[in-house]
Amino acid sequence: MGKKRLGHEFYVFLAIVSLSLIIQARSGQFFTLNNIVDLMVSFIVPAIFAMCELIVIISGGMDVSFPAVASLSMFATTKILLSMDYTGNVFFAFLLSGSFGLIMGAINGALISIFNLPALIVTLGTQSIFMGILQGALNAQEIAEIPKVMFDFGNAKLFVAINPLNGLKSNMSSSILILFAVVIITYVFLHFTMWGRGVYAIGGDSNSAIRAGFKVKQIKFSIYCFVGIVAGIAGMTRVCMMQNCQPNNLIGMEMTVIAAVVLGGTSVKGGSGTIIGALLGTFLLTIISNSLLLLSIPTYWQSFFTGLIIIIGTGVTSFQLILSSHRLPSMRKSKNEA
Amino acid sequence: MLWRDNVKLGENSFMDTTPQTAEIILKASNIKKSFSGVVALDGVDLEIKKGEIHCLAGENGCGKSTLIKIISGVYGMDSGKIELNGHTYHKISPIDSIRNGVQVIYQDFSLFPNLSVMENLAYNTELAQKRTFVNWKRLRKIAEEAIRMIDFNIDLDQKVELLSIANRQQIAICRALINDAKLIIMDEPTTALTKKEVQNLFRIIKLLQVKGISILFVSHKIEEVFEISERLTILRNGKNVLACSTSEIDNQDFSYYMTGKKFEMSCYDPTIDYSATPILKVNNLSLKNGFNDISFSLYRGEILGITGLLGSGRTELALSLFGICPADSGSIELNGTDVKITSVFDAIQNGIGYVPDDRLTEGLFLDQAISDNIIVSNLENLSNKIGILDNKKRIAAIKEWLEKLSIKTSDPRDNVQTLSGGNQQRVVLSKWMSRNTAILILNGPTIGVDIGSKNEIHTILRSLAEKGVGILIISDDLPEILTTCNRILIMKHGNLMGRLKSSDISEMELARECISN
Repeated sequence: MGKKRLGHEFYVFLAIVSLSLIIQARSGQFFTLNNIVDLMVSFIVPAIFAMCELIVIISGGMDVSFPAVASLSMFATTKILLSMDYTGNVFFAFLLSGSFGLIMGAINGALISIFNLPALIVTLGTQSIFMGILQGALNAQEIAEIPKVMFDFGNAKLFVAINPLNGLKSNMSSSILILFAVVIITYVFLHFTMWGRGVYAIGGDSNSAIRAGFKVKQIKFSIYCFVGIVAGIAGMTRVCMMQNCQPNNLIGMEMTVIAAVVLGGTSVKGGSGTIIGALLGTFLLTIISNSLLLLSIPTYWQSFFTGLIIIIGTGVTSFQLILSSHRLPSMRKSKNEA
Repeated sequence: MLWRDNVKLGENSFMDTTPQTAEIILKASNIKKSFSGVVALDGVDLEIKKGEIHCLAGENGCGKSTLIKIISGVYGMDSGKIELNGHTYHKISPIDSIRNGVQVIYQDFSLFPNLSVMENLAYNTELAQKRTFVNWKRLRKIAEEAIRMIDFNIDLDQKVELLSIANRQQIAICRALINDAKLIIMDEPTTALTKKEVQNLFRIIKLLQVKGISILFVSHKIEEVFEISERLTILRNGKNVLACSTSEIDNQDFSYYMTGKKFEMSCYDPTIDYSATPILKVNNLSLKNGFNDISFSLYRGEILGITGLLGSGRTELALSLFGICPADSGSIELNGTDVKITSVFDAIQNGIGYVPDDRLTEGLFLDQAISDNIIVSNLENLSNKIGILDNKKRIAAIKEWLEKLSIKTSDPRDNVQTLSGGNQQRVVLSKWMSRNTAILILNGPTIGVDIGSKNEIHTILRSLAEKGVGILIISDDLPEILTTCNRILIMKHGNLMGRLKSSDISEMELARECISN
């Protein structure tokens, strides 16, 4: 019988627990409801991005353009809704932003699936193009006053957590429901549809996938469309939660999201990766960016620690690979002979 | 069809006129195929009966792969026709082929290494039925049914990348079966299998035969062809040479038909001065999980062969001497001086060269030109003091090696992939010979090389040995070891079990020595 080896996810979970305990020990403030709520709220947008990137990386691809897609979608939508003095349901804002995202995702998808261009290069290019449109053509500046419907949605909360010691209030934003929805949809796609299994198959061996009958081009195209839609929605979520539209705010997030997904055990060469892993990886990085303050570590050290964790985390997998390749061929032959 | 006339074929001639008691499931007639003017198949016929185990034999480049790809619909034929299950096709697509029950198991098996056995077995069926949603219970049922067909006990949840090649092959066979195969074509199925696994494969093939499934077995390994197949078809240079039942010809006829030449198996028996300092002396070399306490000497003029079954440690020993997996303990002496080999760089600096068994992935730069592959190990000697290549020297070096090793090519700037296996191997050899290595270790030097090139390579090795280069050949091709080497070491489970002179032993006895203990 196959042994279930302790997966990557377990080690990340261990790291999260250890870090939490250390911070709690130093500050006594980590395991307060108010801090946890703050963490969860910071976690929402990166986690949504992580779900998209997870699917892309499993399929063997790479997408670095999603923050740009999110930014352009959220800005364009906000501007349009402002200009028409929109007062309808906020749902429309999400629909519009998601549609803009879909268009951009489709461009990525077409270039990657139809023309077979390498995903990393394509999305590096489109990232520049989308940001160029945002900053150049649209001359994007910060929008401080966003439409009221979005403002209200951003304020909507499920509950309030109050810190007994200092009376600090933290709102559990209703936007977390959007995250839940994205996670559930991703899970259903990856585990219960042939489309999702096709993503894994393509990541494993795209030639075998073609020979087996998977519609590889279609699946690849739709992956990037999905990323586009969800990025648009994430961008809109961000605007609502931040209560303003900062066009440059999301830039650079692609690196931390990809790092988080890989930290969670997803292999960059594709074919493997779990939702739990990606979420745990993202959560670990969120703790670092949020809670270092509780350790009295100045915020400018955040990047240092984020980088350190990324190197250690991904280094562990590489180290294991090196160890196994030094073992001799006869040992590498399977112990699981039938 | 020249050779047919010189041989007594008995009643079953090439155009089989005996009454057909079994139905014919595949009949390929007069298949012609060319690629940009180069003729691959020149009017080839193939006939397979229901439930028959048929071998398609021939040397590399004879057209076997092309014929298979045409039957499975991957390539289109220029002319000819294929009759499958009573349907006649002049143009056949992959779907037509699959619908008629033709399943090809390629050498790479087309599996998903990152997915479980169950998924690998079930997805083809699920996709054929155009399913959108995954029902894991249904997948498991499909998979369980598939493995039951050949009594294959495997953990369905195991990831395929963790399985041995033999197990992966069985998964590929099961997958072919649940797609309702009538003809399973196996392309060189025994290349990576141990002898035990080969026997298991044969057991499975016989089981399939009982179910009425025909097997087309592509191979050039004489012993296997005679052990398992009932009828065989031999191709050479894109033409049919022979089609008959295996009982009608013997081993020697078989090689003769495959190559069209008769070869003298001469023994290599030079006079060696065993009192001189050996070129290479290995003392108590050990490597954990590789080999144990290996000691031997290689003298000037000798060609030493190291053989043993798969897993005997012979490849690990070679890798150790070349610095890829440095030994844990023991010592190596070159011409009487102790040397430390801890990396490939050390090995090369000490004049040791290695021709790997997988020349395509390890011996050649497949995307590069023939000329570049020849000079790549010798760049320092071809450049001036500041490291810029001297073009005149470079061209002279390339010309020298093309001539010395008779490498057949119209333009050395062509990609090395365009060469035949034998010529490719010569390119790999030239790489090391241009460095004037002191010791050359070769792993399976004539795998996938046609008999003509085989002999020429052996001649080259003998002349190198005469010049004083120490030659070590690692191989499980016993006839090769016996003809090329003058002394043989036998390894088993990492230990040195026997030392013999090749003139003292026959192939049969040598095979027995390898298996015994």
